[in-house]
Amino acid sequence: MTVSPLVATALVGVGGALGAASRHWVGLRTEGRRSILLVNALGSLALGAVSAAPIGSTAALGLGVGFCGAFTTFSSFAVETVRAASETGNRAAAVVAASNIAVALVAFLLGSLLVTGVFG
Amino acid sequence: MERTPYGFLLVSLGGFLGAVARHAVDVGVGGVLAAVWSGGGPTVLGGTATGAGTLVANVAGSFALGLLLTRASGDRTRLFVGTGALSSFTTYSTFVSDAVALGTPAGAWYVAVSYATGFAAAALGLAVGGRDR
Repeated sequence: MTVSPLVATALVGVGGALGAASRHWVGLRTEGRRSILLVNALGSLALGAVSAAPIGSTAALGLGVGFCGAFTTFSSFAVETVRAASETGNRAAAVVAASNIAVALVAFLLGSLLVTGVFG
Repeated sequence: MERTPYGFLLVSLGGFLGAVARHAVDVGVGGVLAAVWSGGGPTVLGGTATGAGTLVANVAGSFALGLLLTRASGDRTRLFVGTGALSSFTTYSTFVSDAVALGTPAGAWYVAVSYATGFAAAALGLAVGGRDR
């Protein structure tokens, strides 16, 4: 099914607004670097599930590209990693960088496997 | 400010714009690549998973956020542009999804290149923003 550009924009935008607000909510309750790792892990788990789920491209745009895309963040992660390097040293920065990709990768595959297990 | 409904509204509006802009970059870069290569690749969420669009958004957004955090004066700007728009313009979940879709070894290279250019961009943004202050 093809989604018209206007509908796609609305879906991605509304998903993005909700994703950003949810990330902000998590950020108010968890300290900086931990909150980034948390949203990136949860968002990757959700995207893994969305990618494997038998849903249409309309839902995938809103939930996947919009919500999961905006709930997780690369820019805050990159800035925090650079700051960790200058404040605490390269070792701390390496821990931030490695933990994000390791945890998010496992979360994504787990989300995908869980949904495949349910629907497959 | 950041805990108020107004703060959440600013973040949401920024998030709307950031996500839409990321999607536009992804579609735009994907279109250019498709025209150049005219070959198929692995597909993710209806698009071709080269990861190129996500990489462009992540690197540009990391530079801009570094710049903003050293220059932005008010809470409103930080919430709307930083937490809202730039953090939503960039993405980690789609980045991981693209890396998985690319498989090995391309996916590992994709992560390495994204990390190297993303960190360099953030450091540059922080350095440029922090200069002459």
